[in-house]
Amino acid sequence: MIVSVRGSLMQHLQQIVEQAEAEVNQASDLNALDLVRVAFLGKKGQLTLQLKSLGKLSNEERPKAGQLINQAKQQVQKLLSVKGEHMRTAALNEKLAQESIDITLPGRRTNVGNIHPVNRTIERIESFFGELGFEVKAGPEIEDDYHNFDALNIPAHHPAREDHDTFFFDPKTVLRTQTSCVQIRTMETEQPPLRIISPGRVYRNDYDQTHTPMFHQVEGLMVDKNVSFTQLKGILHDFLNNFFEEDLEIRFRPSYFPFTEPSAEVDVKGKNGWLEVLGCGMVHPDVLRSAGIDPEIYTGFAFGMGVERLTMLRYGVDDLRSFFENDVRFLQQFK
Amino acid sequence: MKFSESWLREWVNPAISTEELAAQITMAGLEVDDIAPVAAEFSKVVIGEVVECGRHPDADKLQVTKINVGGDELIDIVCGAPNCRLGLKVAVAMVGAVLPGDFKIKKAKLRGQPSFGMLCSFSELGLSDESDGIMELPTDAPIGTDLRQYLSLEDVSIDVDLTANRADCLGIKGLAREVAVLNRMDLTPVTINKTASTIDDVLTINVSESAACPRYLGRVIKGINLNVASPLWMTEKLRRCGVRSIDPVVDITNYVLLELGHPMHAFDLANIDGAINVRFAQADETLTLLDGKEAKLSPATLLIADDTKALAIAGIFGGKDSGVTNDTQDIFLESAFFAPLAIAGKARSYGLHTDASHRYERGVDPEQQFDAMERATQLLLEIVGGQAGPIVETVSKENLPQQAKIELRRSRIERVLGIKIADTDVNAILSLLGVQLTENDQGWSCVAPLYRFDISIEADLIEELARVYGYNNIPNESPMATLSMTKHNESQLSIMKLRQVLVGRGFNEAITYSFVDPKAQKVLFPALDAKVLPHPISVDMSVMRVSLWTGLLQAVSHNQKRQQSRLRLFETGLRFYPDQTSEHGVRQEPMIAGVITGNISDEHWDIENRSVDFFDLKGDVEALLELTCDIDSFEFRQTQLSALHPGQSAEIFLNDQSVGFIGAIHPQHEKALGLNGRTIVFELTQSSILTRKLPQSAGLSKFPANRRDIALVVEEAVNADDVIRCIKQAGGSQLVTINLFDVYRGNGVDDGYKSLAIALTLQDKNRTLEEQEISQTVEQAIAAASDSFGAKLRD
Repeated sequence: MIVSVRGSLMQHLQQIVEQAEAEVNQASDLNALDLVRVAFLGKKGQLTLQLKSLGKLSNEERPKAGQLINQAKQQVQKLLSVKGEHMRTAALNEKLAQESIDITLPGRRTNVGNIHPVNRTIERIESFFGELGFEVKAGPEIEDDYHNFDALNIPAHHPAREDHDTFFFDPKTVLRTQTSCVQIRTMETEQPPLRIISPGRVYRNDYDQTHTPMFHQVEGLMVDKNVSFTQLKGILHDFLNNFFEEDLEIRFRPSYFPFTEPSAEVDVKGKNGWLEVLGCGMVHPDVLRSAGIDPEIYTGFAFGMGVERLTMLRYGVDDLRSFFENDVRFLQQFK
Repeated sequence: MKFSESWLREWVNPAISTEELAAQITMAGLEVDDIAPVAAEFSKVVIGEVVECGRHPDADKLQVTKINVGGDELIDIVCGAPNCRLGLKVAVAMVGAVLPGDFKIKKAKLRGQPSFGMLCSFSELGLSDESDGIMELPTDAPIGTDLRQYLSLEDVSIDVDLTANRADCLGIKGLAREVAVLNRMDLTPVTINKTASTIDDVLTINVSESAACPRYLGRVIKGINLNVASPLWMTEKLRRCGVRSIDPVVDITNYVLLELGHPMHAFDLANIDGAINVRFAQADETLTLLDGKEAKLSPATLLIADDTKALAIAGIFGGKDSGVTNDTQDIFLESAFFAPLAIAGKARSYGLHTDASHRYERGVDPEQQFDAMERATQLLLEIVGGQAGPIVETVSKENLPQQAKIELRRSRIERVLGIKIADTDVNAILSLLGVQLTENDQGWSCVAPLYRFDISIEADLIEELARVYGYNNIPNESPMATLSMTKHNESQLSIMKLRQVLVGRGFNEAITYSFVDPKAQKVLFPALDAKVLPHPISVDMSVMRVSLWTGLLQAVSHNQKRQQSRLRLFETGLRFYPDQTSEHGVRQEPMIAGVITGNISDEHWDIENRSVDFFDLKGDVEALLELTCDIDSFEFRQTQLSALHPGQSAEIFLNDQSVGFIGAIHPQHEKALGLNGRTIVFELTQSSILTRKLPQSAGLSKFPANRRDIALVVEEAVNADDVIRCIKQAGGSQLVTINLFDVYRGNGVDDGYKSLAIALTLQDKNRTLEEQEISQTVEQAIAAASDSFGAKLRD
């Protein structure tokens, strides 16, 4: 009896499992598959009913039969989950396939603009000197002749005034010809130690291939107790090497500015020979004195560089005038 | 100053090449601008003599000549120059010669007569731009000698760009002195002999302004012959220094000017009435200058006058009436020292700039007047003959420049230059420069040479030391400074940050001229009188900008003309706003301004495109204002600015202070400004947005936020911003955000009205809000809007 009960139970369960397998295979979607689950494993499912009928068996038979039914249940569950997993993967794959795009199409980009190349250079210069504690100072562009000339040791009728091609409003008022006036304005109000740079627009009455009536300079000034010509050379040497990111050949050539002594022009060696990039010197004792600084206690150096010239050399710009035409095709080259 | 290298080498001849010489003086501060050969390339041109000269049988204007060039046979040459004549020494281009321009001389027949060469003019040899006839060489020119060799044409003109302090180098003598110092050599100066007077004629010299003219030398020379030409050696030297030959007297004074650096002047004695008076000009005095122009003399002008009239502007320019002409027989020669300050700026005030004024205003050697006078006399007697009278000197010794006495401290040299220069070097360099030194404990007591007007204080001597020692022999060192932290102010925004925001929003930064076209500016700002630049580059750059718009709009137009239609530009910089209470009558105010035009984006496969409008640029401006962390303090109010579209423009206020404008350019100005299509602009004072509030963190509410949307119908004329501000005030602290999310006109809303859809978010920090409180707040807000603006809830 025991044997026959077990034998027939096994047979019966096997039939159920086979039937379940057939129905799982036939299920075409997840809903159909769920109906299969309900038919076999649901509250009234075939295997659930089998378990419920265990109570009719004897205590000896029950564990063995339960084990057999559970095995069948696990088989069916496995069939369901394998098939379900398969269906979900297929459905996801189909969805992904539908959603795929041509990723080579251009993005919805909003254009980014550019800083003007002249200001780009000024910013770089500010950052080089800013690291060394040079503060950025600004000054007026319509200047009085005192700050533009007299205080810089260029009295009326000094021949150096003629070199400036000055825009005069009246004999006492000019468009500043150099940023050096900011040195004076700073020294008038502040006491050493001073480290400043002053970028800005300057004006000369001259317009041709190599001159525009407005251009930019960066003035630098350091006044302290032990400032010397060797240091002026050192700082400008470092600056030029940093600016061009190249170990360029640099020379200091004696020159003349009424407000510095000794004075020098600095040339860098380019492809076509020496190119003048800046002027500099030790601040003239009279200039310090007229700003109320004792030249016996303090010494200083000053330098002034032409921003357009540096920018042209750095980025290969060949026409000075293009800086002020503001053609966007030009500006956009300076990303 | 342009000079001939070979002339310089007559004075000092270091064993270095031309290039080395140029590099050497450049590195000593005399910057060489240009080196040019004094003659073009040519070959096989020799000196010959015309030994036969006859009319060409078949051509009126040609002559048939035989030329002796020192060979076995005479050479037949046909020549067309009218000055070709028997006995003339000429420059002969032989068969096989190559003249400038690769012009090859071959055997030829001219109208049947054989010609085996060519007689050359100066211009054919590239020695001058133009010439009359063939070269006439001196009678003693050696026949058969190569012309290049004879004229020393293997020479160069060196052009030095002298700085204003080095007037001492405005002559061969001064340049040679400098080259001698650099090469530690001695000079071979030109020999200057004193000419004993052979006549007694003198003019009385009255110097009433001895401070302006401390020394005046005069000499009468009678019986000169101006029918001779200046010698070739002299005109060649002049030419190589860039000076044209005029007549022998002018050539000689120019020669002395170039050789010694000292200006001179010659008057026609016949046109001088009485004495020479050196005085300032009188009121209403005039003088016809050598160039024929009449100068109205200002009272500060120093004159050379006779007893009745002005003769010349001292140290600057001669007068026409007393000038030397071809008929002149007797001259009065002047050699003077005028004080630089008496001359400075005067030439310019008459629109003049002469070789004399250039030197006098920088300072000529106050000890050279006798040398210059004797040198000129010697040359005059040699070339134009005549009898010299005695030199008359009027001098005021106390007004002559005094030698500067300077204490030079060893410690100061080291302090300024950063290096020690050995005592022996200091001694050697300064002595070579003509400085007299006496060593003492501290350093040296120095006396500067009088010809160096630029040496008067210790710093001048230190500069000279550094210059001759060589700047590039001075090492590079890093500056030393105290590492004290500089002051930083977090509420101060950097302009860089504003610029970066605009760049991130697609703007290109422009830099436009500060002076603009007055016409364009008047179109935009008819009521403002911009500061005028009296001497501009051109009319369209003749007034200072009162706004950055003028230049930016010009840049827009420039780009549109070049097929660039989508433009976003901004600029930072000063505007020069008329304001009589400010210095110079203008406020120099830092501004930031921008302009947009064209489409909102480039054409794109998926973005719907459209033209930009007011709100695009307003968004950009709001992005800037947001940086201040205080955007609510800014207000946009409708405005009337004639530059802008009356219905699409606003004035921007910060706490009721006007700080800028935004709007579309008035359509009626577009054509005048060369604009194509709608253009929107803004401008703000930088000061209004460069200060920001520091953030004050408020903590986050843990309780839910409640959103209620309302739609308020108001008249068109009501500004949305006013409604929002009103609701905000009425809503109290629980109303945390207000967002206008739709503006509707049309069905359901009467004509002349609009519906504003506004989302209100309510939240409390400490508790969950009850429905009743929420409705109450919303109703308060609606009531306030209704009271102030007649707003009604939309059905």
